[in-house]
Amino acid sequence: MANMVLKAPRPGYTGYVEQEHHHDYGGDTVFGFWIYILSDCVLFATLFAVFAVLQSNFAGTIQAKDLFELDYVLAETALLLASSFTFGLAVLSANKKSMAGLVVWLGITFALGAGFLYMEINEFIHFTHEGAAAWSSGAWSAFYGLIGTHGLHVFAGMLWMLVLFGLLFKEGLSDNNIVRLMCLSLFWHFLDIIWICVFSFVYLMGVL
Amino acid sequence: MSSNRTIVTEPDPIFGRLTLDSIPYEDPIIMTTFTVVAIGGLGLIGSILYFGKLKYLWDEWLTSVDHKKIGIMYVIVAMIMLFRGFSDALLMRSQQAVAVASESGAGYLPPEHYDQIFTAHGVIMIFFVAMPLIVGLMNIVVPLQIGARDVAFPFLNSLSFWLFVSGALLMNISLFVGEFAATGWLAYPPLSGIEYSPWVGVDYWLWALQISGIGTLLTGINFVVTILRMRAPGMTLMKMPVFTWTSFCANVLIVVAFPILTVSITLLTLDRYIGTHFFTGDMGGNQMMYVNLIWAWGHPEVYILILPAFGVFSEVTATFSRKRLFGYDSLVWATVCIMLMSFLVWLHHFFTMGAGANVNAFFGIATMIISIPTGVKIFNWLFTMYKGRVEYSASMWWTISFLLTFTIGGMTGVMLAIPAADFVLHNSLFLVAHFHNVIIGGSLFGYFAGITYWWPKATGFTLNENLGKWACGLWTVGFFMAFMPLYVLGFMGMTRRLNYYDNPVWNNWLLVAGAGAIIVLCAIGVQFYQMFASIRDQKSNRDWTGDPWNARTLEWSTSSPPPFYNFALLPEVRDRDHWTDMKELGLAYKKPTKYQRVHMPKNTWAGVVIGGASLVLGFAMVWWIWWLAILGSAAMLGAWVIYAFEDNKDYYVEVDEIEAIEGKRYADLDRVNTKAINYQESDATTISV
Repeated sequence: MANMVLKAPRPGYTGYVEQEHHHDYGGDTVFGFWIYILSDCVLFATLFAVFAVLQSNFAGTIQAKDLFELDYVLAETALLLASSFTFGLAVLSANKKSMAGLVVWLGITFALGAGFLYMEINEFIHFTHEGAAAWSSGAWSAFYGLIGTHGLHVFAGMLWMLVLFGLLFKEGLSDNNIVRLMCLSLFWHFLDIIWICVFSFVYLMGVL
Repeated sequence: MSSNRTIVTEPDPIFGRLTLDSIPYEDPIIMTTFTVVAIGGLGLIGSILYFGKLKYLWDEWLTSVDHKKIGIMYVIVAMIMLFRGFSDALLMRSQQAVAVASESGAGYLPPEHYDQIFTAHGVIMIFFVAMPLIVGLMNIVVPLQIGARDVAFPFLNSLSFWLFVSGALLMNISLFVGEFAATGWLAYPPLSGIEYSPWVGVDYWLWALQISGIGTLLTGINFVVTILRMRAPGMTLMKMPVFTWTSFCANVLIVVAFPILTVSITLLTLDRYIGTHFFTGDMGGNQMMYVNLIWAWGHPEVYILILPAFGVFSEVTATFSRKRLFGYDSLVWATVCIMLMSFLVWLHHFFTMGAGANVNAFFGIATMIISIPTGVKIFNWLFTMYKGRVEYSASMWWTISFLLTFTIGGMTGVMLAIPAADFVLHNSLFLVAHFHNVIIGGSLFGYFAGITYWWPKATGFTLNENLGKWACGLWTVGFFMAFMPLYVLGFMGMTRRLNYYDNPVWNNWLLVAGAGAIIVLCAIGVQFYQMFASIRDQKSNRDWTGDPWNARTLEWSTSSPPPFYNFALLPEVRDRDHWTDMKELGLAYKKPTKYQRVHMPKNTWAGVVIGGASLVLGFAMVWWIWWLAILGSAAMLGAWVIYAFEDNKDYYVEVDEIEAIEGKRYADLDRVNTKAINYQESDATTISV
């Protein structure tokens, strides 16, 4: 910056691009989805912070350690982790241009996600029945707030899968569909990571 | 209002808790406003239909994904909302001017109405004036400054805008149907809880902010991707124009801070709707947590509002000093420092809540440190002007007024950063004076400078400079008269949000403040007249070159207004002041030998439809009309899915069309002597520093 005099331009410099390169729109979308994931990380971080503040405020209601059944949650976790694995296989099938493989593995992922959600809702009903509802106390509000938000994300992911099935049926393994699959894949694995944090910080630490 | 109203607790299956009784018939101020708005609205709709402009409006504006048009629409909505927000300010100033315990009694506004007015004023000015002004300016300018043809996600951009409009409409519906929050602009519990705010006011607040906040979050993602991935070849990060840099930092803040707002108001919504205990006073809720969360978003938010304004001043100062910006690198790094540090100071908004001396000391010191990069910027602008050939245009007037005003506001901010002093000054009019000092004198003046500066780029003709200077002068005088007395009143012990007081000593100062508000009213009047007069006289203000200020950055290389594809050929950048470089090299305004077809997005109905459905959802949730809420959400989701299944979302503009548009551009340029513009700016830009 010592001298602001610019060098002479290269020969033939006109100030504009003579031949444009193809712009990678799919790359924009995937990158944008990463940025969305970043904002979703902050969303979950906030909910984890809320949970950390409220986690022991049972205010006389039933305590988490009296309700949590780790075996049950472990099964739930296994379903979700398995679904992440099958999603990986779905992406591998897509890379191999195998529509059948993609649909089958995506279908299995959907089923595993549904199983996870079923177990989660079952747990919510059971807890509510035992006197630990979202409106029972601050600690339980934080529990349902955090885990419910994760569950809503899983539900959204499943809706997205349904829409993607329709789009795959309509236009096959088009470039657009591959980009959509990549974004959904990011989303699904992200939810897995969040769940691992939920499992560790909510359930494992909750039974201590 | 809510006080003499029966609160429906058992909602009707069809109408929820909405009854005919929900409309505040008894309030003459509201009913008069409603009549005026209704007549104006019907007149507008009627004239659109009468002149057969509905199709034009739909095709060219409502469904547009063109960032320039979306930006213009943001600014228009913001100016309308400024009118409403400022009306609230006038109501408050006039109430406080007369509401002293003497012969005049308690003023004319009852407490529950006054409380809604100061809440609405704050919410409108921050969310529905400042935010759309800045997002609008970014929309108009950023893609042009980086040599892009649109933003990365044009449909999401349109959706963001319509979600914002939906939030703004919901906010305005609250004026006529029901009530607005009477809690202050951040709705602290327990006051905002269902127990103390049982009716719809806080719910309007929640849903208006939730809907427009999601729109803002999408904008943030969109612009981060746009700036990182769509810059013209050769434009490295350190060659980006400063406004793009500050917008980038503001958008990163949006991406990282707005989810916190989403969570905070969602949890408050749950507390109010299903009885959870996040922020309640009993059953293990934590009210302090709400205040922490909302300010963990709220403090970055004030930097979202100010950073782009800093960018505007940087562009304006460099252009009108006819010099390169002084210390570009330091200005960029100062911006990045502020961006990072804005997350480390939130607790200074509630030093008095008892976090303890050490915590307060940490946040007090952090707050003082964050003023250092801001000070760096002040010197950047001063040294840019130093030895420059400063041209005192209207946007430069705003800049100089900002430098003086903002510095005072910054210094009172450093005073408030001292926890011990804050214990005396908090919640007083000193605080009110401080944040108006920085938001008006910093952000708003910046947006006005930006609007003056980029108006010709967006419309093709300049604003009347003389009237612009009058507006700036009146705003400045009015601002000082309206807010300096509030500093004094703060020292005299007057707290904020009073609709009535019994200390006659305060009255004189409040009368001065009221007179200041009237001067600001004149200033706003001049601004509206300035726009009207400039549109009327546009033939004589026409900007034929696309570069009316002899400016330095890329956006001035294209025509005013730019063609919908912005750049027929993408620029190749080698200097941060690309346009100055082109002019110096004698390359500006040279017609290229051949064109290529250009890839562009098509307009879409989806943004406006999803935005409309979100308004239905918000209104239904406010009034507990559950079936309608389900319908609204289903419509939003359904519209999105239908949009996803659509083909042909983009197309190629063929070379013929481009040649026709560009041919006209070069014919226009022949009206002016571009040879004289392609000059050697030797003495101004080749100074060795």
